[in-house]
Amino acid sequence: MSIAAHLPALQVVLPLISAPLAVLLRRRDLAFWMVTAAAWAAFATAIQLWLQVAAGGTISYHIGSWPPPWGIEYRIDRLTSFVLLLVSGMAAVMLPYARSSIEREIPQESHYLFYAMFGLCLAGLLGITITGDAFNIFVFLEISSLATYVLIALGRDRRALTAAYQYLIMGSIGATFIVIGIGFLYLTTGTLNLADMASRLRGVESSRPVLAALAFLTVGISLKLALFPLHQWLPNAYTYAPSPVTAFLAATATKVSVYVLIRFYFSVFGESLVYERLPLPQIMLGLSLLAMFGASFIAIFQNNLKRLFAYSSVGQIGYITLGLSFDSVNGLTASIVHLFNHGIAKGAIFLLIGGIAVGIATPGAVSPAPTSPKGAGRREAAVPSNAREAATPHTFDRLAGLAQRMPLTCFGIVLGGLSLIGVPGTAGFISKWYLILAALEQGQFWLVGAILLSSLLAVAYVWHFIEVAYFRAPPVGQVARKEAPLAMLIPAWLLIAATIWFGLDTSVTVGTALDAARQLMDKAQ
Amino acid sequence: MKHDLVLRVIGKLLIPYILLFALYVQFHGDFGPGGGFQAGVIFAAGIVFYALIFGLENARQVLPDWLVETMLSSGVLIYAGVGLAGLFLGGNYLDYFVLDPNPVHGQHRGIFWVEAGVAITVCGVMLKIFYMFASRGRSE
Repeated sequence: MSIAAHLPALQVVLPLISAPLAVLLRRRDLAFWMVTAAAWAAFATAIQLWLQVAAGGTISYHIGSWPPPWGIEYRIDRLTSFVLLLVSGMAAVMLPYARSSIEREIPQESHYLFYAMFGLCLAGLLGITITGDAFNIFVFLEISSLATYVLIALGRDRRALTAAYQYLIMGSIGATFIVIGIGFLYLTTGTLNLADMASRLRGVESSRPVLAALAFLTVGISLKLALFPLHQWLPNAYTYAPSPVTAFLAATATKVSVYVLIRFYFSVFGESLVYERLPLPQIMLGLSLLAMFGASFIAIFQNNLKRLFAYSSVGQIGYITLGLSFDSVNGLTASIVHLFNHGIAKGAIFLLIGGIAVGIATPGAVSPAPTSPKGAGRREAAVPSNAREAATPHTFDRLAGLAQRMPLTCFGIVLGGLSLIGVPGTAGFISKWYLILAALEQGQFWLVGAILLSSLLAVAYVWHFIEVAYFRAPPVGQVARKEAPLAMLIPAWLLIAATIWFGLDTSVTVGTALDAARQLMDKAQ
Repeated sequence: MKHDLVLRVIGKLLIPYILLFALYVQFHGDFGPGGGFQAGVIFAAGIVFYALIFGLENARQVLPDWLVETMLSSGVLIYAGVGLAGLFLGGNYLDYFVLDPNPVHGQHRGIFWVEAGVAITVCGVMLKIFYMFASRGRSE
């Protein structure tokens, strides 16, 4: 056998196998190496696939050697390869971080389960992306979602449990809607293969089951991607999940949902149905604007750093869906590029925020009150106060003057924040540039104003952090410099560097996104 | 329920047949209703029945926790292993045709092992869930 021909299968199978192996091995070190090796192998596979697709066009892989309309097909076009690159790359970078981060966040005996869940989540996300089969999308969606609920519930804060439960309910409703939508499509076309479905839908697009399918899929996927009024699960889930989980979800899970939405709109329903006969673009535009302004506005008033950036995520998703509402190559390019750029920037920020928890929570950083004469009394009091500190390491009053203690971490968050704002020289600027281009192209000048105005809101919430970390006096007795461990700083800074890199050299991101957008628009016509 | 004579005797009588029936559902799945999932559930139900009558501790001696955890991961591995075997024998992933010189036998062989993997995992998961709920409030 030649490995190159089977890369599409291995892309999903390697992380999938690593999860049960991690459970079998039970030792946390072995589990870590197992899953990390699988993630890096998946990343290498994704790079290879990306190159193959760029050179030779769409790849189709037939699972079990059954030809497509009957069997399950893995189909990799430009967009697929781009999202695979993002998801597997994020997992590969974040796993080494996770190792030193969960030491402090998760009880040791469940470490191997954490890695197993991480592997399953990765396999699910990659599977959703790579498959060309509608029901397969649902199955992988469930694999990744179930793993995600567990990962969130592993958070140290007890509220992580309710957050995970909330997401479980919302996510299950979303998944149910998606499977109902797929059911309607199957009813109408008699096929589950996406490409076959698209060709059979021509001519019956306006029939009621197809419209119902479109509606169910749109609402279901919007729940998963946290489009503004359906985002309620997101802030809690991101706030209370362990830091590597927050970072990984913020960088990949919602992005893959956006990918599914794009896939159904352009590769199955076709843009003539979605954009010309239905008021969907107007609805999408309205909700995106609500997200951009509403969620960013809420973010400004948050008192918890993690929650602030969680709401910022909801706002940033607004930009992605805004690009979708244009129905133009530039708009779609903006969406795809922003999906990638925001994933990297937000992943980096959440990694760094996880580092803050470590820096603040370690006993060395917080010097104990030196004047207390009652040693025994202090000992007793130390337990509840530590527990409280452990629960809320990210509230702003505990971050005062943080830049003096953790300069690298804070500077990294500021750079990531600049990308969220869209300052030239960062990746965020590129996405907004294409968004504005798409708006100008359609003569919607007021939208340009709206995009710039909502960026000002991003300035406000990033400034909130800067003001607290850089200009507020640190609490007395807390000036000892204590950065997060290198194993956590290096992955985070790697992503920050990528944010800058993709802001300056756009050949990879914009090049692929433009190609992908053209490919999707051509097929849709 | 250990002291309930009728239950104990009937249980002892029935449990082997429940387990046997699970195997029947498993291996007859090609031709009749059934398959790995149902077989796994029935097998687990037999063990759960045993645990209800003779106590959780006895059931845990029959199928200890480590074995259950091994079952639930090794079933997935068997399934994925069949897929990889197809790959190594020159076909695509999960290609059963290449598992035997005769492609029809290959299909039989492939689905046999896949269903075995499903049964083992499902049985493991069922028992794991049962053990976790049943032992709540005891160890803590």
